[in-house]
Amino acid sequence: MAETTQPGTGAKPTADPFNRQESLTADTFLRGLWQENPVFVMLLGMCPTLAVTNSAINALGMGLATTFVLLGSGALVSLLRHLIPKQVRIASYIVIIATFVTVVDYAIHAISLELYASLGAFIQLIVVNCIILGRAEAYASKQRLLPTLVNGLGMGLGFTLALLSLGSVREILGSGSLFGYPLFGEDFQPWLVMVLPPGGFFVLGAWLLLFAWLKQRRERRPLASAGATSHG
Amino acid sequence: MSGTLPVQTSTPAPATPAPATPGLAMLMTLGLIAAISGLLVATAYEYTAPIIAEKERIATEAAVLRILPGAVAKRDFLIAAQGGLTPLAANGDGGGASDAAEGSIVYAGYDAQGQLQGLAFTGVGTGYAGPVKVLFAYDPERQLIVRSKVLKSNETPGFGDKLDKDPAFLKNLEALDTRLDATGQTLANPIVTVKNGTKTQPWQIDAITGATLSSRAMGKAANQAAQRAAPAIQRSLALLAQPPRERP
Repeated sequence: MAETTQPGTGAKPTADPFNRQESLTADTFLRGLWQENPVFVMLLGMCPTLAVTNSAINALGMGLATTFVLLGSGALVSLLRHLIPKQVRIASYIVIIATFVTVVDYAIHAISLELYASLGAFIQLIVVNCIILGRAEAYASKQRLLPTLVNGLGMGLGFTLALLSLGSVREILGSGSLFGYPLFGEDFQPWLVMVLPPGGFFVLGAWLLLFAWLKQRRERRPLASAGATSHG
Repeated sequence: MSGTLPVQTSTPAPATPAPATPGLAMLMTLGLIAAISGLLVATAYEYTAPIIAEKERIATEAAVLRILPGAVAKRDFLIAAQGGLTPLAANGDGGGASDAAEGSIVYAGYDAQGQLQGLAFTGVGTGYAGPVKVLFAYDPERQLIVRSKVLKSNETPGFGDKLDKDPAFLKNLEALDTRLDATGQTLANPIVTVKNGTKTQPWQIDAITGATLSSRAMGKAANQAAQRAAPAIQRSLALLAQPPRERP
């Protein structure tokens, strides 16, 4: 009971940050899009981020497939959270995630052979995407169904958005088109390295640089204004 | 008392009565999850399998009809072990085409009058980044490969994908010699890829500068496909000349 000496925890046993029941707010959804964006902030799921973002349509397909798996596995984990013993939770989550990945694999194959061929093995590899297991472990296994779905949707769309920002930049620069529609004239010389693997690193680096710069600027602004007033 | 079981006093779920037999609870939970998983996967498979098969059939047919101008109908033949061709079951029975290895199928295209317009078969060669799968159009009378279309490749964009775009390279495949030797078992001259600018014979493919490995893959694919299909086709010309019975 040594912990009770810490301020706050003794009075409210539910204040443990890892066991809180979250109430549904706009933040539940928005967190995944911006504050905790899986790619740009948490740097998770780098394998599909770098591998399949050579065109906007691939990025969109991959993002939506991951969102579907996030929603499906999150819902099932959340519904079964009182049933799953701690000892077998990883095994359970992996089976649940693998199930939804198989379903989405069949679905994409049935929707578009072309997309299926270009995404290749990366659809099956969603099984080991750490965003999904991370969400199951850190969120879905502790929260009610509705917040889990909302949070999963936010995370999934955040991931999709990040993939799209990489995919569209790489497609515009590397193929001179967007979603397959040519943007420039015939004499456009594509910047080929952008659709090759190094281009993934370049564009990801550029985006991270941009976000880091924005963040730094926002943090510096109150400081700067304070300095301005003192000078004035 | 704080040192004995500090974690378990606070966290065990009052909602689960199971912890008395954790082994059984684990088994039952995993069993339940496996059952749910099986149900979902089986449902998805049952629902999508016919759609996927149909889309793949349409895609193959479109590719074959595109590479054989003038053809409006196609029939599939299997290269039999004895070296001839046997007709494959028509479209209704999708199992026939998918069971047979795709490389052993010869597609025959017919025009509206039932005249044979040409033949098509696939070949695979290993390139710079894995297998390159190509569909070839074959003229049985002149014994030439007359067109090619890359179906699947991971070759480097800008280099390897010239296989399907570079006009000078495609010229190689407009009249690629695939005559059989005297025995009728193999090609008189195996198809080979030669260094750029050194093509002298009609069975050679002039490589693309900077994409030598991809060009070689095309040569290997053409050679492998023609070695396999051309003798069987030449032996079964009478069978191929028969017009397709029913319109697809």
